[in-house]
Amino acid sequence: MESRRNPRAVVDPKVRQVGFFTSSTQQQPDPISSTSASSPPLSTISPSGNSLSPVMIPPPLHNSSDTFPLRAAAAGAAASAVSPSSFSYSIRRDFPDGSTTASPGRHSRGSFVKSSVPVASSLPGIGMDSMAAAKSSSVPASGLTTVSVVTMPPGLSEKASGMEVQSDQKKPLKEKTTKAERRAIQEAQRAAKAAAKADGGKVPPVTSASVASTSVKAAKPAKATSQKNDVTVAAGAAEKKGGPSEKDRKKDAPHPRMQYDDESRVVKAKRRAVVKQTEAKNRVELFRHLPQYEHGTQLPDLETKFFQLDPMHPAVYKVGLQYLSGDISGGNARCIAMLQAFQEVVKDYSTPPEKSLNRDMTAKISSYVSFLIECRPLSISMGNAIRFVKNRIAKLPITLSESEAKAALQSDIERFINDKIIGADTVIVKHAVTKIRDGDVLLTYGSPTAVEMVLLHAHELRKKFRVLVVDSRPMLEGQLLLRRLIKRGINCTYTHINAISYIMHEVTKVFLGASSVLSNGTVYSRVGTACVAMVANAFRVPVLVCCEAYKFHERVQLNSICSNELGDPNAISKVHGREDINYLDGLTNNANLQFLNLMYDATPSDYISMIITDYGMVPPTSVPVIVREYQKEHLLV
Amino acid sequence: MWRRSPSFILDERRSSNSPPMADTTRGPFQNPDSISAYYQTRAAHHGVITSDWLAQAQAAVGGVTGEDQPLSSDNQLGTEKSFNVIEEFNNWRKQPDLAEAVAAIRALAAVIRASEASTMMELEIELKKASDTLKSWDKTSISLTAGCDLFIRYVTRTSALEYEDFNSAKSRLLERAEKFGEISCKARRIIAMLSQDFIFDGCTILVHGLSRVVLEILKTAAQNNKLFRVLCTEGRPDGTGVLLSSELSKLDIPVKLLLDSAVAYSMDEVDMVFFGADGVVESGGIINMMGTYQIALVAHSMNKPVYVAAESYKFARLYPLDQKDMAPALRPIEFGVKIPTKVEVERSARDYTPPQYLTLLFTDLGVLSPSVVSDELIQLYL
Repeated sequence: MESRRNPRAVVDPKVRQVGFFTSSTQQQPDPISSTSASSPPLSTISPSGNSLSPVMIPPPLHNSSDTFPLRAAAAGAAASAVSPSSFSYSIRRDFPDGSTTASPGRHSRGSFVKSSVPVASSLPGIGMDSMAAAKSSSVPASGLTTVSVVTMPPGLSEKASGMEVQSDQKKPLKEKTTKAERRAIQEAQRAAKAAAKADGGKVPPVTSASVASTSVKAAKPAKATSQKNDVTVAAGAAEKKGGPSEKDRKKDAPHPRMQYDDESRVVKAKRRAVVKQTEAKNRVELFRHLPQYEHGTQLPDLETKFFQLDPMHPAVYKVGLQYLSGDISGGNARCIAMLQAFQEVVKDYSTPPEKSLNRDMTAKISSYVSFLIECRPLSISMGNAIRFVKNRIAKLPITLSESEAKAALQSDIERFINDKIIGADTVIVKHAVTKIRDGDVLLTYGSPTAVEMVLLHAHELRKKFRVLVVDSRPMLEGQLLLRRLIKRGINCTYTHINAISYIMHEVTKVFLGASSVLSNGTVYSRVGTACVAMVANAFRVPVLVCCEAYKFHERVQLNSICSNELGDPNAISKVHGREDINYLDGLTNNANLQFLNLMYDATPSDYISMIITDYGMVPPTSVPVIVREYQKEHLLV
Repeated sequence: MWRRSPSFILDERRSSNSPPMADTTRGPFQNPDSISAYYQTRAAHHGVITSDWLAQAQAAVGGVTGEDQPLSSDNQLGTEKSFNVIEEFNNWRKQPDLAEAVAAIRALAAVIRASEASTMMELEIELKKASDTLKSWDKTSISLTAGCDLFIRYVTRTSALEYEDFNSAKSRLLERAEKFGEISCKARRIIAMLSQDFIFDGCTILVHGLSRVVLEILKTAAQNNKLFRVLCTEGRPDGTGVLLSSELSKLDIPVKLLLDSAVAYSMDEVDMVFFGADGVVESGGIINMMGTYQIALVAHSMNKPVYVAAESYKFARLYPLDQKDMAPALRPIEFGVKIPTKVEVERSARDYTPPQYLTLLFTDLGVLSPSVVSDELIQLYL
């Protein structure tokens, strides 16, 4: 993961503000925050004179280091130009006041600097805010934009340099404001009502405005307006739980698998969300049931709230931010991070008077989970782990004292991590290496942790084989795997997924990882996996999927559409490090163009030869057997 | 020898002057020249098996249990225990009608009976050792390995092991062992009964290889006065076709003998195909005599059902991905003429048929679809 992190840019000391202060009006996301070297969330930020959020989020994952110097410069420029606007529409990430929608603050690739002022026009709203995107032309707002851009990046963006996007965002923002002002007034009234109901304590007064803007935004997607911006993937849209954020609004909690094309529910969910997400404007019709949010809009907002997180445990908050920024990705890593955060929660927990430990802790865990969902939708492995934790809490005998109960819970979670995740990987490696023979050419896609362990172990056993790493945009995860394999001296070849049919003839076996395996044998994994499996099947190459048993689920999925996760659309339109590829720059707001960045896909079981789990090597048809037989054991562990 | 990528071919040429036969790059499955003892046994059986012989042999061997008979056993012997499991095994194996795995199961049951261990742990260790000895007697026999493993799992999978009283626990183990032996012995009858519904009057059955289970099925069908005819493949080099046809003709079943290569030609007039199995693997596929895969492919492409008759102790925890992913079992092949020395001969005795070409499995657990094999294995092993 470190390779993905942007080096921190240098912050102009003159404008640095140290200390904590609440953002007065807009929250200018601190772009500088990303630049500042401080990694802890409490980095000071920034440069702009405007109120800046005191808490900086670690710099975005990918990033172009070359943008940094630019960024700093831009930031400087931007800072001056930043004009606080009450409705920071779109430009930045989601401000606490739910502002603007636009720029999710992702970084867009490319030089940030350019984008800042002059570039504002040249950068089509990279996906972020639909609003912002709409108008690529706004220039004056760019000042604002740039600032926001800087701060954003650390947050959600995966690759794009937020800066650019930001700047884009800025421009449109201005215009949007004008457009929406009429509506905003109505919305403000509505929002005021909602805000009154909403958690008052946490949100600064601007919140109502932001709520207003949020609801405005909510209204927009319904119209599928012209915002062309790519819809940023909902970083944390409450897909599953959308539960009450700070307080207990349990009863109003949206249905776990909420469909996001239902307007009223979306608005309801927003009201109780901790992370105020701005919805993307330009959404693909077919995927409107999935949450799509502007990337990068939440981070600054969350940063500001770091010290106001009364109901939220800091460990959980930290993990949520790490999900938002993409620092932690991959099923196992996310699950382990979450479970370790829960261990912390248990450690620091004390039963309030008049409440029972079981129920209260379950409620707390649920609220934390809904926060995590807002940061990034849960993976299936995380869902299973949460079910396990809740089950353990429920089964705690009443007679235990609080400290005993806490110790028991902590050790249960520890055992789950060690047996089901880490231990399972060792067993999988043991089985899988028996299938690797001398002279094999093994193909793998992306960067699955289990497969990496298998390959390294086989290499240690002195088997003679070579590896073909297949990669794909925009995440380019295969490069990380490639580095790690080459460091160990394994003979590797690297290619992109476009060439898969070209190289498949020399492959003897395909090893894939999975985010989950469903009951009908369908493998739910990183997008592109289905493609690799199908081509392998056409060439009659056996496909082996390595997946721990705790990731199995009794759900059935027939296609990749009904349940998926949408990523940052900006990442598609920009190519990291290739500023000259800017053909889509002016088109992000085009009504005829929508960007779609899917994160997962479903591979039918016909293309899978065998699944290697910690219960041995099984055919895909045996997954429901394992789910059935070990459900009880799994939960009771 | 030939790999898909040219770079490997070059690597091999550059690196080795090894004789073409020694495929040193083959991983754990070395020793290409060893002849599979399992197939030697089968060949020996095939050479002599006739129903009269069977009857005589049964009479001769009947009553031999658990006695130490000095038998020269080939290959490794067990440790110097007073009770030699290999000898016991060989006693049982002499009955040609008895499957090898059943003989092993009976021998292991005798091990428990004759055991002098005083704790459960000791008994289990003894069992494990005896089973390892049996398995090492012939590494290429899948049913032997599978049978031993399943026996150990079945027998020790009882709460009786938690009893305080060792003797009662031991007797419980013995009970289960005997029961398992009984089940395995009776497996053939059960399978024969289950498969009667699938043979209808006027059908034509294609059979490949000489499986005693399939023979039992056809015998039972004939006894039930069903009218059907059988096409037998020649089954080179074992000559199973000739043997089977002689057996069937004794039962007055119309038999036609085919060349192995005439299967596709005759497939039109066939209604169903029956195979036995040397082993059933976890994917639901089977490992059987060479030629099975070929016939299954032809039958599948012509939409003819393929039925496999296999006892449940043949379920093995293997999962081959392709034909070469199994331990090789080689056998000598006679062509009748002299072959020049530079010419290689494919000497594998068996092949793997993937589950998508099989329709149903007839086992003593019932009539199953291939995907259920893994279900059963998971339930038993985990």
